[in-house]
Amino acid sequence: MTDNSGSPLRRTPLYDEHVRLGAKMVPFAGYEMPVQYPLGVLKEHLWTRDKAGLFDVSHMGIAYVHAADHRHETAARALEALCPADFVNLAPGQQRYSQLLAADGGILDDLMVARPVDPAHAGTLCLVVNAGCKVADYAHIAAHLPSGVTLAPSDDFALLALQGPAAVAVLSDHDRRVAGMGFMTTGAASIAGVDVGLSRSGYTGEDGCEIFVPVEKAAGFWRSLAGDARVQPIGLGARDSLRLEAGLCLYGHDIDTTTSPIEAGLAWSIQKRRRVEGGFPGAARVQRELRDGPSRLRVGIRPDGRAPAREGTEIRAKDGRVIGKITSGGFGPTANAPVAMGYVERASAALGTYIDLMVRGKPLPATIAAMPFTPHRYARKTT
Amino acid sequence: MAKDYFTKDHEWIRVEGDVGTVGITAYATGQLGDVVFVEVPEVGRKVKAHEACAVVESVKAASDIYAPVSGEVVDVNGELTTTPAMVNESPEARAWFYKLKIADPKELAGLMDKATYDAHCETGA
Repeated sequence: MTDNSGSPLRRTPLYDEHVRLGAKMVPFAGYEMPVQYPLGVLKEHLWTRDKAGLFDVSHMGIAYVHAADHRHETAARALEALCPADFVNLAPGQQRYSQLLAADGGILDDLMVARPVDPAHAGTLCLVVNAGCKVADYAHIAAHLPSGVTLAPSDDFALLALQGPAAVAVLSDHDRRVAGMGFMTTGAASIAGVDVGLSRSGYTGEDGCEIFVPVEKAAGFWRSLAGDARVQPIGLGARDSLRLEAGLCLYGHDIDTTTSPIEAGLAWSIQKRRRVEGGFPGAARVQRELRDGPSRLRVGIRPDGRAPAREGTEIRAKDGRVIGKITSGGFGPTANAPVAMGYVERASAALGTYIDLMVRGKPLPATIAAMPFTPHRYARKTT
Repeated sequence: MAKDYFTKDHEWIRVEGDVGTVGITAYATGQLGDVVFVEVPEVGRKVKAHEACAVVESVKAASDIYAPVSGEVVDVNGELTTTPAMVNESPEARAWFYKLKIADPKELAGLMDKATYDAHCETGA
């Protein structure tokens, strides 16, 4: 298999498992990935919301930012020069969502950043970036790190996600420590006889974990988890509908170099110290948009009726004026209705605003709606 | 006696007298995945062969359904609007899309029979 440019596609360490399970393999971000298993996208989606879905996300990029002086603050400050999140005050074992920003405040990629819990790894931050961006990300990061701080991409791990209300129970049946992990924290566990690193996070809106498994043990680990009666393997198709219902951005669709984090509704990921101090690429735009409001905003959209409105669909105000475009759209199996997100000018972004979506040349009535479309069920501490 | 014909775009048309019932094949639904929305044409609409006159949306994408031959839409399956999943469950029977009063039976000669269509699917087209 090759991609559109004719380059050979890469395979994750779990390729043979996907084929053995009867997955339909498609090119995605330079990899041959499972888009669905025999269960099909709809049932895979519902299974994940009901029990536990197992995802191969090994195509994503894992890399370490490492400070030669082994001080957390050195690594954190180096990354803060590229991202708007507060990493200096990230506690050991904590994970945070952020974006790599361009000088104009556009988003080069979004990523997860974790501070290892083990003091032996002080001065290291673990990054997980999008597959389609990782080559450019690594070049960008490496070119902008100060002396004494280095970037080391890693191919040592397969990355799996287990998501859904039963996910943590499945994992903690192997190792009780998993149940004690807070949302967006990292830890270690021994699961199916394999020592793994994991974080209580994911991209479905459900509770669950992302698991770093040594490449040579990945296939056996996958088979062991997939053999649990509560677990089904889930492809990219359902991964997309799950994250869309959860109101989460997909890079290259809902966010890209033309969108700022404030337009994208990601201000929550920029902690107060960074908003005040700035000191990241595009800080002037981010601070201006925080103060004055951005000219457009990412919003949730619920089309009336049953017809989905797809990416690229033009959005019009009720007076016929074009006010924006849908960036992700489809059918939400749990919402049991079409759902979408897109950008509209700020004056039309209020919840409950009636709009039209131009589907097959006809206006399809829709409403600006709250996201997520299905409630998040993260394991947040209630106290 | 009804006779079935198939198009390269994976529609079927079951012809009885001068009326043809149109739907999409099991092969097509396998490619589309779970169907979540169906739009059928209005009764009375006159369509030409190869004209897009119905829409099926799956979890993956929207697809146009084309008229296998020219004619006038004389009936539609309203059940598909409320129960789109029927397209996956019974594509070549209960989930018919619409019925056409065929304008020119000679156009049927341009379609495939079952054996030719199955061979067409084997090639992955």
